[in-house]
Formats: sequence, C-alpha cells, structure tokens
Amino acid sequence: MERPNGKKTPAQRVSEVVDKTQGSQAWNSIFRPGSVFRKGYTDSPRNRSYVIMNSVLYHLHPVKVKRHAVKVSYTLCLGGLSFFLFILLTITGIFLMFFYRPTAAQAWNDIYTLQTSVAFGLLVRNMHRWAAHLMVLTVFLHMARVFYHGAYKPPREFNWVIGVILLTLTLLLSFTGYLLPWDQLALWAVTVGTNMMGYTPVFGDQVRFVLLGGKEIGTDTLLRWYVLHVLFVPFVTVIFLAIHFWRVRKDGGISGPL
Amino acid sequence: MTEIPEHLRKRAEEAKAKAAAKAAGEDAPAEAVTEPAAEAPSAGDSRIPAHLLERSKSAKAKKEGGAEVAAPSASGGGVATAVMDAAPPPTATGPGGHTQRLLTVVKAGSIQDLKATPVDKVHTWPHLLAVEFVAALAITVFTLIFSIFVNAPLLELANLNETPNPSKAPWYFLGLQELLTMFHPMVAGVTIPGMGIFLLILSPYLDKNPSNKPEDRKFAISLFTVQMMFWAVLVIIGSFFRGPGFIFVAPWTGGMFFEL
Repeated sequence: MERPNGKKTPAQRVSEVVDKTQGSQAWNSIFRPGSVFRKGYTDSPRNRSYVIMNSVLYHLHPVKVKRHAVKVSYTLCLGGLSFFLFILLTITGIFLMFFYRPTAAQAWNDIYTLQTSVAFGLLVRNMHRWAAHLMVLTVFLHMARVFYHGAYKPPREFNWVIGVILLTLTLLLSFTGYLLPWDQLALWAVTVGTNMMGYTPVFGDQVRFVLLGGKEIGTDTLLRWYVLHVLFVPFVTVIFLAIHFWRVRKDGGISGPL
Repeated sequence: MTEIPEHLRKRAEEAKAKAAAKAAGEDAPAEAVTEPAAEAPSAGDSRIPAHLLERSKSAKAKKEGGAEVAAPSASGGGVATAVMDAAPPPTATGPGGHTQRLLTVVKAGSIQDLKATPVDKVHTWPHLLAVEFVAALAITVFTLIFSIFVNAPLLELANLNETPNPSKAPWYFLGLQELLTMFHPMVAGVTIPGMGIFLLILSPYLDKNPSNKPEDRKFAISLFTVQMMFWAVLVIIGSFFRGPGFIFVAPWTGGMFFEL
C-alpha cells in the first residue's frame, strides 16, 4: 500500500529493516540454518523441535522428553534449581570480585566498603550469601529426592557417584567462601572446620598445613581459599556438572515414574 | 540369504508334497469336469468362487458393449476390446491352484527387533523449558526479595587473639561439630563423615533391589530416612541449642547463638 505522496508508511519501513537484517550475512552467520531466529516462529511440532535442535540448548536437552519428566511434582525441579543457583552465584560472585582483595589487611575493609559505598553492593553480597546457603539445601534435597525415587539404580549408578562428588564440591565451595569476609564469624568457623580435618590419621598435620598455607590461619590462608573458591573448585564443579548432565541424557533421561 | 528354520522348512515341504498328491488325484476327474464347461476353462483351476466369476464376466460383457458403442468417437476403443478378447484374465497356475508360493522365511527378529517400547513424550519446548524458566525466575525473585530484607552477617574484623564463645562451624558442618562432643575428634571429624560419603557413593552398588517402588524398598527408604533425620537433628541441636562453651541452651530462654 503506497501513500498518495509516494512515501512509505512506518510499518513498511520497519518490515523492510527487519527483512534486510534477517537477510544479512552477519545475522545468518550468528543463527544456524533452521534457527527460529532466521525464519520466524509459528507454533508447530517442527518448529518446537527446531527451538532445541538448532540452538545451544541441544547440549542440555533432547528435543523430546518423557511426559512424566516435566511433572513438577516428580522432580520438584531440585536439580535444575541447584544448577540455576550455581549460575546465579557465578554472576553475583563475579560482581563481588571487582571490589575484593584477598589479603588480611584489606579483605574485611573491602567488604565493608562494598556494603556501604558501592551501588547494589550490599544487595549483591546478600544474594550471593543466601543463594549459597540455598544451594547447599537444594543439592541435599535433590539427593534425597533421587534416593526416594530409587533413581540411582542401574543404569544410573555412576551418575549417582558423580552426584555425591558434586555434593562434596558444593560443600567445599560454600566452606571456602565462608572465610573470605575475614570477620570473626569466618575466621572461627574455618578454625573449627580445619581443626577437624587436622585429625586425619597419619597425615593430619600435613592436611592442615596444605589447607591453611601455614601453621596458622592468616593472609596466606585467605589467598589460598580465595583461589580455591573463585577458580579451582568452580572449574572442577563445571567439569563434573557437564558429566552429570551428559549422563542424565545417556542413561535415558530422568528415571521413570514409580 | 537367511537360513530357513528347520521346522518351517519341514512344514513347507510337507505342504508341498500334500499339494502334489492332491493335484495328481484330481487330474482325471478335473478333465472330465472341464470338458462340458469349455466356456470357462479357468473355473476348475481357479480358487475364485463361481458366483464372483459369473459377476465379473457379466460386468466385462457390459463394458465391451459400452466400448463398442463408444468406438466411433474414441479410436482406441476398438483396440482395447481386441486386447481384452485376446488376453483373458490370467488364472492361477501354481501347484494345486495356489496363487502364492513360499519363497523364503525371514526371521522376525532380524528385521523388526524392538529395542525400546514406545514412550509417551512431549516436546522440550515449550513443556520443559517453560517450567524451568518459571522455576529459575521464582528462585531469583525469592533470593532477591530475601536479600532486600535480610542482610548477610558481617561481624567485626577477624582477630586471632579473641575467640568468640561459642565458635561454630557453618551450619552444614554443625552435625559434625555436635559429634565432636561425643567422640574423639578423629572419629567425629574424619572417620564418620568419610565413611558417610563412602557409603553414599557405594549405595547404588550395595542396593541390589531392582524395584523403585516405595513399597518394595522399605528397608532402603527407612535406612536413608533415619540417616537424614539423624543429621537434621544434630544440625538443629548444634545450630540452635548450643550456647557458650557449646553447652545446651534453649533458644527461647538463653537466646540464639547462630549466624548463617
């Protein structure tokens, strides 16, 4: 439809720009052939498959899942929530890293400054803390849910083992983060914890020395636990998460209904 | 070629011999019958019932008549009738009047081996992704709102020379700390948690019961529940019922000695 003066209507201009963008090389290099971002989405079984098949989600989910697998009352979404909390913790944790130096002289002050003079600093730190506690809880509950459904039985035995490893990694993540604010709560909670590990038979003293980076908790411990908390343990966790998710699919999706 | 199972081959051979014997027995009477019924030579051999043959014959005659009427207009009509006259419908010529023969037997397993029974499935999008999205949104909103109203603790600067009383581990280790009051530190801090993790890892290999129905696994479920309750109770005692010197205290009289 053309206007009498020969100019295009705004709607025409918009659709022209959309067409130009979606036809451009850049757009087509970003979205694979078959992506719903290339050819638009209308609800059809084929497009429902394409949403998964032609996106990065295909690494995580198959195109179709068992009907009972989407019942919230079966899984309570606990595994998914644990993973999502892990992502939330990564995002908030990266924010915190911008304002934190892991030395005994600066750590507490950095946290204090973060809370008092950084925009959203207090809020993000709160979220990081509560999400961490919540994640320990959801991982525990996820384990209980899997046990009560007998979902660790063949062929899923090994994925249960991976899950137990992930549980200990979650506890390690939480515990290493516990020291970082470098307040009285952090210092003495970690003292109690590491003293317990110091009673490991035969190697007790060595274990404690490695954990503390010295004979006593100090600035070396802080650096060590910081690196463990922000790099080492998350790195290992991500690897085990990848194996965990891969095995869920390879072992035939989540376990059957009771 | 696929090997024919012995019993099937035997059965086919028997059937063939039987058919041959029958055909030999029928040969003489068949000729006698065929002579008067020269009009329909195929009737004796064919397995098609006589009344059906009759019907098809009358239909054909009708069609031929129609074709002849149409012949002047359509030049192909004449040819068509000629062809029909020349080639009567093919009749069964197999042994004993059979129209099919057993060529080979393919074992069912080799071509339709059902590895999995069909499963009731739904599309991940939107059925699963929508649920996951809502769950992720809900947990984010919950964390956000909780964080707006409740602040994470930040006590005074760490001081190695001033031990707070009581000193408590993070809540998930308070069960172990509670055990410390009962056992030697090596047992409470290393042996028991180590054994716990080890048993947890081993449980799918120790539990040989194939069923996942709760009524079939009363022992496993009660064992696990007792374990969970045991730890939950220890953690709750350690969190809320332990005061200075890690001595029992009731939270409603002695106050709370707990930081998250």
